[in-house]
Amino acid sequence: MMPRRRRLMLVLLILLAVGVAAALTLNAFRGNLVFFYGPSQLAGVEKVHERNVRLGGLVEQGSVKREDDGLTVHFKVTDNVTTVPVTYKGILPDLFREGQGVVAQGRLNAGGEFMAEEVLAKHDENYMPPEVAEALKQASETGGKMPQFTGTLMMQGGVNK
Amino acid sequence: MWVWLHRFGSPKYFYNVSGRILPWVGGVTALLILAGLYLGLFASPADYQQRDSVRIMYIHVPSAWNSMFIYLLMAAAAAIGLIWNIKIADIVAAVSAPIGASFTFITLVTGSLWGKPMWGTWWEWDARLTSELILLFLYLGYIALQSAFEDRRTAARASAVLAIVGAINVPIIYYSVQWWNTLHQPQSLGMGTSAIHPSMLWPLFLMAIGFKLLYVVILLIRTRAEVLERERNSAWVQELVQDMTGKPASDVARSNHEQR
Repeated sequence: MMPRRRRLMLVLLILLAVGVAAALTLNAFRGNLVFFYGPSQLAGVEKVHERNVRLGGLVEQGSVKREDDGLTVHFKVTDNVTTVPVTYKGILPDLFREGQGVVAQGRLNAGGEFMAEEVLAKHDENYMPPEVAEALKQASETGGKMPQFTGTLMMQGGVNK
Repeated sequence: MWVWLHRFGSPKYFYNVSGRILPWVGGVTALLILAGLYLGLFASPADYQQRDSVRIMYIHVPSAWNSMFIYLLMAAAAAIGLIWNIKIADIVAAVSAPIGASFTFITLVTGSLWGKPMWGTWWEWDARLTSELILLFLYLGYIALQSAFEDRRTAARASAVLAIVGAINVPIIYYSVQWWNTLHQPQSLGMGTSAIHPSMLWPLFLMAIGFKLLYVVILLIRTRAEVLERERNSAWVQELVQDMTGKPASDVARSNHEQR
């Protein structure tokens, strides 16, 4: 019986050691594992004008302006506290629209404008048919978060047409 | 529980029982996946933002769940084999790795195909995508380590340690979207909550169960084959061969050998 217990302890010990090591490593790398900075965080980034960073947030409503060349776009990225103006020249992903999440990679210039080299669309975790989205929008014109479909599998009524 | 486990751990008992349940599990799996595919690809509505691209979800998400689930099961089986010396556990761990690697690969490919039209990129080094890629490498490393040893016992022991150590990656994949800013959106499903409309959740649910059972089916088939190979010199396998072919097992082995 003894070797079995020893092996069991060994396995548990390995798990514990790896768990602690991973927790420490991930904690140490916390800053580097960030895929993007929010508009409010951007100003606090070290040497922000000298290096490429990613900026993530929502495209502000009514802020998208296209230049006549058809490629250059100006828009503002916001987290509802801070807003950063962005300029991008290139093709935008299909999901890019006002009010949607984006992640832009580029550099913040001295004038406080973010010159993006790449713009990615970020979508949220909500999935629903268009007519449901429409119904929800009408129900709460005040905006705010999309409600959760709680109770889910059993729920057939509600906003479902 | 222990008596049952030990009985099920006996290769002969496992072979007989699994042979009887396999057709049933296979039938249910086929039904679930066919129903899920029909509902997901034809009967469910398109998404309000993503339109029809959302249908990739019905393959991508169940594969991703399987890729993590199979890894945990593989690590658990490897640990059981390491601690209690149960043959079947070693075999389950060994044959699970290629299945898990396949689901991980499907997850990465469908994710990439989904990412291009929606996010605008095939690949980004964000925490969720990177940790899933590491999962694929863990599976491949495990398979490589398995085949690096002549002796099965040594192979099982060495690779079990790798599997157990690598298990730490699974919670990292799962929580990556909560812990860090990622391009990948946070999870839609939590304990009793869902950000997915029921009309889309149902097909996803069917596909998820179908994919889990698909794993069980492939696992049973592969484990049975592996049991036969490892036990080929035992009395019960020899008897089985004689029953099926009407010839003594030694003759069958010889004629197989000559054909090569």
